[in-house]
Amino acid sequence: MIHGLLFQAAPYVGYVYPNETVISWSLLIVIYPYITGLVAGAFIVSSLYHVFGMPQFKPIARFALLTALCFLLFAPLSLLIHLGRPERAFHAVLTPHWTSAMAAFGYVAGFYLVVLVLEIWFAFRADVVAMARNARGALRPLYRALTLGSDDVSPRALAYDHKWARALAILGIPTAAGLHGYVGFIFGSLKSREWWSSDLMPIIFLLSAVVSGVALLVILYVTVWKLRRAELKDDCLNGLAQVMWAFLTVTLVVEALEYVEMFYRAREGIGTIVKLIEGPLWPGLLIQGVGSVAAFAVLTVLITVGTRSRNFVGWLTLSAALLMVAVLAMRWNVVIGGQELSKTLKGLVTYRPELLGRDGVLTSALLLAGPLAVLWVLARLLPPWEEARPA
Amino acid sequence: MAEEDRSSTRQQERRDFMRILGGAIAFAGSAVAAGAVAKAAASSARSPAEPPIPGYDWGKHRWAFGVDASRCIGCLRCDVACKIENDVVLDPHQFRTWVERYVYLEGEESPRIDSQSDPQNIAAAGSGGDYRFDDRYRDANVSKAFFVPKLCNQCEHPPCVEVCPTGATYKAKDGVVLIDQAYCIGCQYCVQACPYGARYLDPRKGVADKCTWCYHRITKGLQPACVEICPTHCRVFGDLNDAGSEISRFVRGNRVEVLKPETGNAPHVFYLGIDKDVS
Repeated sequence: MIHGLLFQAAPYVGYVYPNETVISWSLLIVIYPYITGLVAGAFIVSSLYHVFGMPQFKPIARFALLTALCFLLFAPLSLLIHLGRPERAFHAVLTPHWTSAMAAFGYVAGFYLVVLVLEIWFAFRADVVAMARNARGALRPLYRALTLGSDDVSPRALAYDHKWARALAILGIPTAAGLHGYVGFIFGSLKSREWWSSDLMPIIFLLSAVVSGVALLVILYVTVWKLRRAELKDDCLNGLAQVMWAFLTVTLVVEALEYVEMFYRAREGIGTIVKLIEGPLWPGLLIQGVGSVAAFAVLTVLITVGTRSRNFVGWLTLSAALLMVAVLAMRWNVVIGGQELSKTLKGLVTYRPELLGRDGVLTSALLLAGPLAVLWVLARLLPPWEEARPA
Repeated sequence: MAEEDRSSTRQQERRDFMRILGGAIAFAGSAVAAGAVAKAAASSARSPAEPPIPGYDWGKHRWAFGVDASRCIGCLRCDVACKIENDVVLDPHQFRTWVERYVYLEGEESPRIDSQSDPQNIAAAGSGGDYRFDDRYRDANVSKAFFVPKLCNQCEHPPCVEVCPTGATYKAKDGVVLIDQAYCIGCQYCVQACPYGARYLDPRKGVADKCTWCYHRITKGLQPACVEICPTHCRVFGDLNDAGSEISRFVRGNRVEVLKPETGNAPHVFYLGIDKDVS
């Protein structure tokens, strides 16, 4: 009986409040900011072409939009599964309590979804019209429906599409930034948790989001294009490396400042924070630190030498993979680390996720794989490749 | 000709601009309307109608709680009474109220702290529904030791209410922070936001739970269960609006403290006889 009861409590050292021995926000809440971050990053890459007109990002601009949409569809799912009463989720939208950062989620994410879907519609409308004419079988009525009856592909209509896609992309940038900045605010604004309570939290979340999103696109660009036997463009690879390096640089500096400030201020509980870093959190921090610094070193060489360097694609993909893991570790270090440091500042809890179960490793793995599966289908339905564009 | 072209382009641009502007205004208008509806719904969630409790007017009370820690003997009857009275899940990890033991051993600067949730204490109690402190310090050289009962502080500025996305948790007019468990979505943001660790997720109901100072009792003129059962009268409860009440005299006649005053939450649980290491 007693063993059974102890089993559900997380192990701890020092003194922690009794209610803290059950970790409230589990792996699913690690995955949630990770997924929204990938959305923000992918969207920024598409905007570099659609808004700022950087031609090197043209080959992946529309692919990035689809990627952002697929991951955005799964972001609320991790929150929903985590709720104690998922069937009441819409209470937060129907009767929002405006002083709660969380009440904004439905609105911000919903608004962003609308912006993204509209931008995709304008960006793909000409293709959809062409496919509605050429497709056979069941797909034909589907494409017809997707045109929403707008099948004008005159230059004037296309210019109109372009104008609207650009306007929506412009609107999307502050929305994406807002969505992810707000995720950082959820953690940073809590005065109850020393590890979270920081004004830099939204900025760190936002910057690392862009890093992870660009890294995801690098990996997808290299693997998907290789699978399609399509040519990887040097300009695009260079551009992605530069954007990733630039955002990574600022992220590393701001994160370093966060740690330096914490130790320099050395407020109450700093001794326990040291034990947190040396204790339950060290694997996560090691992965985050080594991954991002190694990627930074590789990327610095890559952007200095350029695509002439030997095996540029291989090194770029490796650094992107390192960064994706490092940012996931960063989400873990924030979300789980904050709860492992007791509110008493006199004890540490250790969280180990279970493999199966509602908030187990398997659920999170499925939530991360889901968007890729949807992307696979969506990219077939709406081919985002440049060579697939109607002449 | 060129001039004509330019002017027609400009006219076209102006028309486009007006169309976009019109769209933007329509969008903003609908957003404002949606916001107004949501605000109306939110305000109804924030200040619910007075509960239909016969003979009780929540505008006439200002409840407060006093803890004279120097009187606590760590018998943990309060824990048991609370769990039974409030149907709190019977395990040694989730509590509406708990007791902390602070022990300073000779030669040590920091206290050793534990509560009834400590594995050794759970083993000493022998069941998840009964609680006791073990006698691990029987042969130790103790320089100072005391117990501190803990419970929800029913803050004047409760961060749990601030972060609740639905308004399911709210502060009643009499100062008690309550949870509408039929409306709570179980996001546990409030559990994170409470600096005192007073909240937990009830695994049976999937919603947040915490001490309400036995709201169902105090609104009928009774004392909270933990106050009633305490054998040493370490817990004091009453109405600050009544200058002659025991709690009014407790706050007035002593130099009381609150926990974590730096949070700005302004708790309504007032402590006597605690130490610098109590947080």
